[in-house]
Amino acid sequence: MDYVKVSYDNKIVKQFALATVFWGIIGMTVGLWIALELVFPQLNMGVPQLSFGRDRPIHTNAVIFAFVGNGIFMGVYYSLQRLCKAPMFSKFLSNLHFWSWQLIIVLAALSLSMGITTGKEYAELEWPIDILITLVWVVFGINMMGTIIKRRERHIYVGIWFYIATLVTVAMLHIVNSLELPVSLFKSYSIYAGVQDALVQWWYGHNAVAFFLTTPYLGLMYYFLPKAANRPVYSYKLSIVHFWTLIFLYIWAGPHHLLYTALPHWAQTLGTVFSIMLIAPSWGGMVNGLLTLRGAWDKVREDVVLKFMVVAVTAYGMSTFEGPMLSLKNVNAIGHFTDWIVAHVHIGALGWNGFLTFGILYWLIPKMWRTTLYSKSAANFHFWIGTLGILVYAVPMYWGGFTQALMWKDFNAEGQLSYTFLETSTQLKGMYALRSIGGTLYLIGVFMMAWNLWKTAAQGSFLAEEEVEVPEMPRTYNKPKGEFWHRPLERRPIQFMIVALIMVIIGGVIELVPTFLIKSNIPTISSVQPYTPLELQGRDIYVREGCYTCHSQMVRPFRSEVVRYGEYSKAGEFVYDHPFQWGSKRTGPDLAREGVGHLKKTDAWHYMHMLDPRQVSSGSIMPAYPWLHDSEVNMDMIPAKIRAMQKLGVPYPEGYDQIATEDYLKQADGIVANMKADKEIESPNTAEIVALIAYLQRLGVDINTETNLQNQAKK
Amino acid sequence: MHYLSDIDGVTIYPIISLFIFFAFFIGLFYWVFKMDKSSIDEIRNIPLDNNNPNHLNQ
Repeated sequence: MDYVKVSYDNKIVKQFALATVFWGIIGMTVGLWIALELVFPQLNMGVPQLSFGRDRPIHTNAVIFAFVGNGIFMGVYYSLQRLCKAPMFSKFLSNLHFWSWQLIIVLAALSLSMGITTGKEYAELEWPIDILITLVWVVFGINMMGTIIKRRERHIYVGIWFYIATLVTVAMLHIVNSLELPVSLFKSYSIYAGVQDALVQWWYGHNAVAFFLTTPYLGLMYYFLPKAANRPVYSYKLSIVHFWTLIFLYIWAGPHHLLYTALPHWAQTLGTVFSIMLIAPSWGGMVNGLLTLRGAWDKVREDVVLKFMVVAVTAYGMSTFEGPMLSLKNVNAIGHFTDWIVAHVHIGALGWNGFLTFGILYWLIPKMWRTTLYSKSAANFHFWIGTLGILVYAVPMYWGGFTQALMWKDFNAEGQLSYTFLETSTQLKGMYALRSIGGTLYLIGVFMMAWNLWKTAAQGSFLAEEEVEVPEMPRTYNKPKGEFWHRPLERRPIQFMIVALIMVIIGGVIELVPTFLIKSNIPTISSVQPYTPLELQGRDIYVREGCYTCHSQMVRPFRSEVVRYGEYSKAGEFVYDHPFQWGSKRTGPDLAREGVGHLKKTDAWHYMHMLDPRQVSSGSIMPAYPWLHDSEVNMDMIPAKIRAMQKLGVPYPEGYDQIATEDYLKQADGIVANMKADKEIESPNTAEIVALIAYLQRLGVDINTETNLQNQAKK
Repeated sequence: MHYLSDIDGVTIYPIISLFIFFAFFIGLFYWVFKMDKSSIDEIRNIPLDNNNPNHLNQ
């Protein structure tokens, strides 16, 4: 057999490893910051860039795409070369990938802090960055598939299958969910509206968890866990079944984020059914990971790498059991919009993604620097303080979630709601404080790891190019007798990629297409009108400040919600909402009926409330937004925004963009006059706060008109 | 915009896809069950360098 020399590029792995640790610290620190803001709402000090609504997307994006993203690439670039017995396809592409991914992260942090956002969770980045992400993903794809094609190992190992599925599915999700119509360089509107936008968004959001936080990490698990334990994966057969069932089932489950909303029922049910089925492959993966250690459990006591990995895989098992349970409608009715969901995602993020990343780093850095870990005891301490941190984080959030749900739904003997919303949120302050202590413990562990890895690197010498001799792969392949079906696929990367893509497309198509093409899915409501120019501008400010991170706009059909907020939400209400703003968490109350019924407040109330929430409602944990009172709206943009909406199908009369500014000022003058008469408030009519007030006062008005009309008809 | 309802017999498509995927997974399970033991052992050891590349500069 002929042998060839190949050289594995460790430098790119080192770069991604550094970036993983660096962005991990940044992302988690921002997380701690926003956790503290819920305990001390004055913390933003009136600075927009420091406020919860803008920083929460920075936290989620940084942890998902910067920390875990760089972690994925670190692991993929290391394992792929070795599994393929080939260097990366192109060093230039590797470097281009690395630096442009870091550029995207920096642009994301800057733009999100400036309030440049599309308002769709985990997809907040505006269109120029979306395009950049697409291009970088293609670079990564070419580099990865090129390496696989030029490999010297006939069989493509199961870890790589997961990488391939990640590549194609993330591309599909990102493109479909990011379709938006630009208004300017920094502003765009989602081409979807309301229910359709919600469905596409949560098809994306759910599968970002599936194909960014799960499948690539499962690929890493299938490589690094056997490496660390020095024994092969428990069952290769199971991994094959695990792979195909997981990618096929995952893509359907998105609508479980929209249970009890205005989404058509058949789609909600589809989400529930597929979520329950998902337990099987998820636990197949977990079992396969844990049983890899069978007969080697004594090693887990000694080896800190394995400790981290065992907790990671266990956390994966727990959150993939909890997720399907939360998809049952009766459980979801309790958990949704509460801190339970926050606990759930952090078991996944801190446990599964965090601990697997740390395990890999503790294994990889000594290996690449040809030394041993600087301090085993520090790493052990990291393990324990990290585990404790997860518990101190999660337990109060579970507790808080149940408290919230029970208080929201509680009626007294007279049949009235027992608690105001404010009472339910002040009740949780202690839990929020405990949570930030949990986060601090976890973060201390990460700092210790950074120090430990730094010291490890300092005492070793880095091997930039690992040269090995590997057997050349014979050009011709003698097919063994009886080889058929799946086996040929395992050595044909492009065909494999296509089959994986078909798998994920079919679920997406069946789920999304009917909602777009069958009229009965979104019954229209005749009283629902497009937003006025002032309200539209106010809505843009609502999106910019990330109000949706704490406020929902979706009254579910429960007695407790109808009594608290008003008429439950209907699909037809949202047909002009580009993007939808249903939200996913109620740290503050629902706002869908804010402008009508018993929830309606005066314009002056909103003005004062945004200036200092605690003056108006004592004990509130809402941050103040004083900059809205001073900043003025860029009036030149108004006609362009109206034209964009028209292009998206919003029925403003032709030529309306020409008179939109006039209408804007007329309505704003009304609000300014109201506030002057009511509380002697002086405000320019172009102040941002005026537009926001107009939007808040509009919420629920259309459906109220509809109900009034129906009542009149009945009489 | 409501094209789907205009297609004759549109409901047959989801049924066809259900059938295809059902068949795929039945086939997959059967195939995995029948897989050859010795080749599995070779494959699952790929990450462990058992067919051993020689390290030149470690």
